[in-house]
Amino acid sequence: MATIDIQGVSKGYGSRRVHADLNLSVQHGECFTLLGPSGCGKTVLLRLVAGFEQPESGSIRINGSPVSDPAAGINIPPDQRDLGVVFQDYAVWPHMTVLENVAYPLKLAKKQRREMEERALEAVAMVGMKGLEKRLPSELSGGQQQRVALARALVAGPSLMLLDEPLTNLDANLREEMRFEIKELQRKLGITVFYVTHDQEIALAISDRLAIMDGQGRVRQIGSPQDIFERPADVFVFNFMGIANFIPVRRVGDDWLVGQGDQRVPVGRPDGAGELYTVGCRPSDVRIAASGPGLRGVVRRASFLGAMMDYQVEVDGVIMRVALETHEAIAGGLMFKAGDPCALNFHDLLWFDSVSAEDTGGA
Amino acid sequence: MNNTARKGGVGAAQIILGLSIAILVIVVAVPVLLIFVNAFWVDGALNVKDVIRIIREKDTYQALVNSLIIAAGTTTGSTIVGTFFAWLVTRTDLPYKRFMKAMFLVPFMLPSFIGALAWKMLLSPRAGFINRFWMGTLGFEEPLFNIYSYAGIVLVEIMYLFPFVFIQVCGALERMDPTLEESARISGAGLFTITRKITIPLALPSILSGALLIMLYSMAHFGTVAVLGIENGIFNIPTLIYQRIHQSAGSFASIRTGTVLASILVMAAALIIWLQGKALSRGRYQIIAGKSFRPMELKLRALRLPLLILCLVYIAFTIVLPTVVIFLVGGLKTYGLPFTWENLSLDNYKFILFDYQVTRDAIWNSLSLGLGAALITMFAGVMISYVIVKMKVRGKGVLEFLGMLPFSVPGSVIALGVILAWSGRYGPNLYNTVWIILVAYIARYMAFSLKANSAALEQVHDSLVEAARACGASMWQALKDIVLPLVRPGMLAAFFLIFLPSLRELTVSIMLYSPTTRTIGVAIYTLNEDGETVRSAALAGIALFLIITGQTLINRFAKGRSA
Repeated sequence: MATIDIQGVSKGYGSRRVHADLNLSVQHGECFTLLGPSGCGKTVLLRLVAGFEQPESGSIRINGSPVSDPAAGINIPPDQRDLGVVFQDYAVWPHMTVLENVAYPLKLAKKQRREMEERALEAVAMVGMKGLEKRLPSELSGGQQQRVALARALVAGPSLMLLDEPLTNLDANLREEMRFEIKELQRKLGITVFYVTHDQEIALAISDRLAIMDGQGRVRQIGSPQDIFERPADVFVFNFMGIANFIPVRRVGDDWLVGQGDQRVPVGRPDGAGELYTVGCRPSDVRIAASGPGLRGVVRRASFLGAMMDYQVEVDGVIMRVALETHEAIAGGLMFKAGDPCALNFHDLLWFDSVSAEDTGGA
Repeated sequence: MNNTARKGGVGAAQIILGLSIAILVIVVAVPVLLIFVNAFWVDGALNVKDVIRIIREKDTYQALVNSLIIAAGTTTGSTIVGTFFAWLVTRTDLPYKRFMKAMFLVPFMLPSFIGALAWKMLLSPRAGFINRFWMGTLGFEEPLFNIYSYAGIVLVEIMYLFPFVFIQVCGALERMDPTLEESARISGAGLFTITRKITIPLALPSILSGALLIMLYSMAHFGTVAVLGIENGIFNIPTLIYQRIHQSAGSFASIRTGTVLASILVMAAALIIWLQGKALSRGRYQIIAGKSFRPMELKLRALRLPLLILCLVYIAFTIVLPTVVIFLVGGLKTYGLPFTWENLSLDNYKFILFDYQVTRDAIWNSLSLGLGAALITMFAGVMISYVIVKMKVRGKGVLEFLGMLPFSVPGSVIALGVILAWSGRYGPNLYNTVWIILVAYIARYMAFSLKANSAALEQVHDSLVEAARACGASMWQALKDIVLPLVRPGMLAAFFLIFLPSLRELTVSIMLYSPTTRTIGVAIYTLNEDGETVRSAALAGIALFLIITGQTLINRFAKGRSA
């Protein structure tokens, strides 16, 4: 059983608070991602789990046994926590060859020479680096170095892996390839992965569950990728998961009117009884037409982005972004210019009360 | 990351920190503290009146003034010379710039007291070769130049110290973003205006920092003043300390005077180091890039040839001539004979290397002391730097403060402090043994080791060590397998930065030597004092040979690594 339980953990540096009374648990065999803007303290949390930092209060358990608990005087050093860690800057030792890097954990575990070599070669092959065993890190590309780091973290067969933005320094193609490989390895080996990143695309692709952390180190929502994407708990999460339109809405009698104008919101209504709401939607959830029913607006900017058309539309003083595929736009006669009038309809709208809309979590 | 101590226990981090603090306290802090205590604390009470009385004594006052005069002259001269040459080799189309740059750095490795010795042979008022030629062959009444003067001392010091400014300014001018100058040019400024309004202000922090380094060095400098000043009674602080203690064989009064003068040196040095830090931090944002650019080059046109000749003459006059004179005089049968083939032989060199007990001992002492000091200081330095650069442990601030000390304590102060600390008053008596010199060398060269090692350690990213810890390595294993191999180049650099200068060390050794513990520097100096000029020169020649060979090997090695 490889689980992580974080209970009531607080951590600060000098007068700066990073975490206050944080609770989080990672279940056996899942890929759990901690997603948040840079500087929110997600790396600090990973370092707390790894044992590179000590919490000021609270406790951390790995596999049920406490590894950090200042109140009980428990602080297991990182080398005795039985983890694999992969760092953002790879941290491949420059004075050792690929094989030496990968074999190092086995050497420390005092394995037989034969076994050591076999398992190291196996791990090298697993990350697709066969044939490069004798290379020095300086002779490898960034992606290859990250594979070495991955093999090194896996070789001793840990049941728990911590990954700190391991793909950030790679180029876009490699990043996409590597994220599938990491996911594949995790599934194959059945290990628990605790993954830290600020890239929501990676987080959605790789995770079984993910936690969204805001700029103050508070966890805003925990759930499956679909949950988080489709049913964001608040404006912060919605905004963080992609480009978002936020439309201020006010109640007049039984109607909901956009901005300061007098056009009615075409779909849905809020659960609560407040007077002011914010309605959220993705640019791709907006349907644009030259005329017909819906919100009347004026195209302010039209950008051709290749496969996509991106419009900025003003409706009664509120600016919204609208995206549609270029071929669709051409087929449907929806190639607008700045200044053209248009009508907007919506696939789906999310209603947030205005109080939560202002709380963007410092992001 | 290293805070592995469980509650109540003492972890590896605390042991290393404690050891590092202990080394710096014993080797550097205690001697310096003893100097202050001896200067200001008499019979259990603070005594400032006596200190003032000592300062107002004619000789001590004069030595203070002399130190200031010489330091001021040397600093001004070196700054002008260093900046001018730095500008020439970086910003103009002067021919053979690479060669020039290499040559201008040669004085770094030449010991200035050997230079002073050479200039004494060339320009002493009656016996100097140039003055004899001037009066004898050309028939002038008066000698051309008397080297036994303030001007002589200052000129010789400039020759050997200007590289401090030269190298700093070269670096600044090479790193300077040329767009700064180009935009001034586009705005219609002439080259002269650009140089005055843009280039010089931008390079100013580097110029200032180099100048302050020279001032620090010159004020506490022993060799040149000892060789050239004593003849006419010109003493500065270090030479007066030496003379007092040497003449009185360590009497209380002389030690007292010494500690007062040394305290003044330490305070002045601390002030200079502080100012230098200010100058450098101001420069950090001004010269923006760490990359090197291709700087704009000024066409010298008609001045190209004259300036080339000026550089060549300067190099010939200040570097080649003194070195050649040392080797030639070392080959003479008797000092004063003309340089003809009959008068020259290798006999002196043979005698000094194989037959003469004094010099054989000296060479052996210097080699073993240098080796010992370099090894010990290298290892101590890497440990202390590790705590300062890498460890997060309580009490580190103390170590950071102690780590600054070696940089601001001049050699003669260290020697005096070591005498106070190791003469048996507080434990073992090392006085008159080779060990006291070893202790002093360690204190003197600790700064070099700290600098080289912390530079190397800053290159070792924390995550490399953390990765090892996560792989199951204990702190010691991570140090042994990851940190040590990666800082080995820095340690090696520290070793040679200590070993080579210690071969020619004079300032500290001269205060601490006994008849059997002479070093090369002491032997050269005392042989010269005793009128054994040719043997002194021959030994100096051997020292130069050792130093230049060693330096060349290191440069070759360093180039091979970086290529």
